[in-house]
Amino acid sequence: MNTPNTLKYSKSHEWVKELDGGVVEIGLTDYAQDALGSLVFVNLPEEGDPVTAGETFADVESVKAVSDVYSPVTGEVLEINEDLLDHPEYINEDPYGAWFVRVGNVTEYDELLDAEGYEALCASEE
Amino acid sequence: MSSYIPNTAAEQKEMLAALGMTSPDELFSVIPKELRASELKLESGKSELEVRRIIEGLASTNTRYSAIFRGAGSYDHYIPAIVKTVTSKEEFVTAYTPYQAEISQGVLQSIFEYQTMICELTGMDVSNASVYDGAVAAAEAVLMCQERKRQTVVLSGALNPQVVQVIKTYCASRSIPVTVVPAKDGGTDAEAMAAAVNGETACICFQQPSFYGVIEDAEALCAMAHEAGAKAVMSVNPIAMGVLKTPGECGADVAVGEGQPLGIPMGFGGPYLGFMAATQALMRRLPGRIVGQTADDNENRAFVLTLQAREQHIRREKASSNICSNEALCAMTAAVYLAAMGPDGLEECAKQCYDKAHYAAEALCVVPGVELVNDKPFFHEFVTTCPVPAETLNKALAEKGILGGLPVEGGILWCVTEKNSREQIDALAATVKEVCGK
Amino acid sequence: MKLIFERSRSGRGLGLLPPCDVPRCELPENARRTGRPALPEIGEIDLGRHYTELAKQTHGVNDGFYPLGSCTMKYNPRINEEMAALPGFTGIHPLQEEQTAQGCLEVLYRTQKALGEITGMDAVSLQPAAGAHGEYTGLLLIRAYHQARGDLARTKIIVPDSAHGTNPASAVMAGFKVVNVPSDEHGFVDLDGLRAAMGPDVAGLMLTNPNTVGLFDPNIRTITDIIHEAGGLCYYDGANLNAVMGIARPGDMGFDCVHVNLHKTFSTPHGGGGPGSGPVGCKEFLAPFLPGPVAEKKGDTYAFAVPAQSFGRVRTFCGNFLVVVRALTYILSLGKEGIPAAAQGAVLNANYLMKKLADGGYEMAYPGICMHEFVMTLEELKKETGVSALDVAKRLLDFGIHPPTMYFPLIVHEALMVEPTETESRETLDEAAEVFLKILDEAKNDPENLHTAPHRTPIGRPDEVTAARTPVLRWKAE
Repeated sequence: MNTPNTLKYSKSHEWVKELDGGVVEIGLTDYAQDALGSLVFVNLPEEGDPVTAGETFADVESVKAVSDVYSPVTGEVLEINEDLLDHPEYINEDPYGAWFVRVGNVTEYDELLDAEGYEALCASEE
Repeated sequence: MSSYIPNTAAEQKEMLAALGMTSPDELFSVIPKELRASELKLESGKSELEVRRIIEGLASTNTRYSAIFRGAGSYDHYIPAIVKTVTSKEEFVTAYTPYQAEISQGVLQSIFEYQTMICELTGMDVSNASVYDGAVAAAEAVLMCQERKRQTVVLSGALNPQVVQVIKTYCASRSIPVTVVPAKDGGTDAEAMAAAVNGETACICFQQPSFYGVIEDAEALCAMAHEAGAKAVMSVNPIAMGVLKTPGECGADVAVGEGQPLGIPMGFGGPYLGFMAATQALMRRLPGRIVGQTADDNENRAFVLTLQAREQHIRREKASSNICSNEALCAMTAAVYLAAMGPDGLEECAKQCYDKAHYAAEALCVVPGVELVNDKPFFHEFVTTCPVPAETLNKALAEKGILGGLPVEGGILWCVTEKNSREQIDALAATVKEVCGK
Repeated sequence: MKLIFERSRSGRGLGLLPPCDVPRCELPENARRTGRPALPEIGEIDLGRHYTELAKQTHGVNDGFYPLGSCTMKYNPRINEEMAALPGFTGIHPLQEEQTAQGCLEVLYRTQKALGEITGMDAVSLQPAAGAHGEYTGLLLIRAYHQARGDLARTKIIVPDSAHGTNPASAVMAGFKVVNVPSDEHGFVDLDGLRAAMGPDVAGLMLTNPNTVGLFDPNIRTITDIIHEAGGLCYYDGANLNAVMGIARPGDMGFDCVHVNLHKTFSTPHGGGGPGSGPVGCKEFLAPFLPGPVAEKKGDTYAFAVPAQSFGRVRTFCGNFLVVVRALTYILSLGKEGIPAAAQGAVLNANYLMKKLADGGYEMAYPGICMHEFVMTLEELKKETGVSALDVAKRLLDFGIHPPTMYFPLIVHEALMVEPTETESRETLDEAAEVFLKILDEAKNDPENLHTAPHRTPIGRPDEVTAARTPVLRWKAE
């Protein structure tokens, strides 16, 4: 399992990357994509949509399941990764490159873990 | 009496004994005594011969007409013999939904072929595997067009009134406002509809040909909707698609319709077939089952139910529709019908409907007091005035074995199909003359 | 095998219509379609053979054992098919004058009465076209009832967590919010959880009984009382009625409305996924809200009537009439003795097969007497051998047995849900049990053979991921 040290993690298996200007990128962790299996579609929000820490903002579909994706922050969607709409497999192939959304005007963070803490969490869920 | 239970009483006793039971009542010991039903107030079970006599007796009390000039949502077309032969094959009749693809390739491929034919018929990109009927198809299509910022629906008053009722039911429960723009000259009042469409309109919905048979300027209606940022749902008669401009050509976003004319008997109203097709952009919003092509582990072509994560059994309360069972065997019926007819046969059928309807309209309008109500091109249905009460006329027609048109406001709605021979139409006109010409 | 389009040859076809016997006239140019639809051009023999080949690649009830849980794949009597094909039914226009369709109306009326008696309800509408459509209709009744009383605060429908996905989806379509209540360790409704969910915003409850794990909830009267005391109504999902028809009636359990599946309980065929029929029954106080028209008897004649406060239509005309003809044929055949006998046979067959499989080493999710179906859990087997419920299901295909329902209900892990129905003979059950046990043995000794199953079917496991990622939903000419 790949868990880069440079990222923060939510307990619901999203990663958060801080970009310049207070903007954050959000995606699904390697652990999550592995557990979900081959993903076939992703539903993303629209630019300008508000997101709330701890609430769902997107979902991912595998062949026989759909799973909610939760926002680790409160803010506003600045950009969505439209590539994922045509290529959901990127989430399986490169989970930390396949960001879902970029969020700005961040006013609140959920409780986040560092890589070590997240790996411990995953180990406890096994 | 039969319960279709093969095991004899003695065998059932042995099976109970294997469970350590002596009485079948023990199987139900968990059900509280006070909830146990007393004997049902039904008749005793009957032999097959007795049941046959009863049901045949019921069927024989219905009046079967030798000539039918009534449509209005259910149409009397010729059904090729091969259609019934194919669709009564036991494998197709007795199979469940094809969840186990490895032993369901027959049903899956037949649906894939049906989807293709519906796309060809409507000029749209994608089709689902069917819904309950044309009215539910229209209602589901209207729900497909809902956007967060656009939620109202504008309906043409020239839609089949039962379709309007079903759309209203589906919208009312989701608190979606519906406006019905009254019909004009038997068709959609384009100006009034344009005035009713605004920045909150999710979609318009109209019917081609209209309930009153009028051929609509569908391209203009779709363009009007798009200019206002709304979507266009077009309900079409599938036989008319043999000659009329397709929803795809007209720019519709969703095409739906009642598939009954495609080889399905009138059957006092059902089962029928709701077909639904959409543009590629709306593919994932189509409700219900969809079959897709893929390959198996040996690279053989294979078909599966796909895009299932949209559906209720996975998405539960977040699903956009609750549909589960659809009308699979009716969809297969339509596919066999279309394959039997072929492109030439379908076109000829549509042309004969058109030609005969116009021949009949002319023949009827010779009678004083019988005139076309709408001055618009029509397909195979049209409204005429009736100088005597419609019931009187229809009674006289019934005596000659003819089912007359449907009484509507302002006259009678007639329907003529390829099944009506010139002789039948002449007999119709003669009787109308006899009754109305006095 | 070839698609029908790949069998097409330009110019071929059938001779179906006579030449046009009236003068031809021209359709306005601007109304015409450009180009023809690419429908097949094919001779009758090749058309017939195409579908015969498709039929050979389809497993129906008449091909072999079909213990698909929750789907009640019982035998579809042939007499039903013959009766539904009578020209005196198929050739009747739904808008014919009522006096010319008295036979059809009597079919509707008698079926309404019989279903009312079997479910313990006072009024029935035959308009809904399938089970999910019936659920939607029943919920609209509940909604209309509360609205007519001016009680607009009732926005929630209670659904147990074991429910089929249609329940919550139907509730949302009907404009309600869904509140899930947990199941206890027996799969029954958790009474404390239910009580905690009560309030002035509860519109009603949706429940199957027997429930989705195949057990009769003995607390059913308590459950319906809790809902009624809170001012809500109780909806019975008739998916599992085959276990208790003629034995216990939803109306007596405290339910206010129900739907039944004619294509499960009343032996009408599934047709590869439809058409079904999902009639809705209700108690007297809900009858004014039913969708119309319903059939009524006045003196010696039958007529259509629209209930006084009807919420509207859910479908055109009066529903899937020819399916109703089949169901009435079945009800007349079974009668008051045959209906409970069928339920008893279904429960006996399920318990007989369950015991054989349990004795042979399969783990039951809820041991004890079941109703018409039972749920096995392969969770331990998977841990031990790596063989999943899916693997076992796929291996069953090699033996000509349709697999049980997989991975449902969601509250049981690695679930296989088995419903043999009453129309299977003892030796069919015995043979099936042998196959199940052979597969269990294989799981322990040759798991690889199960991972790669099936081996004898027309195709192997299809690639569903590719199908969903890059959807190919129609054929296109090259």
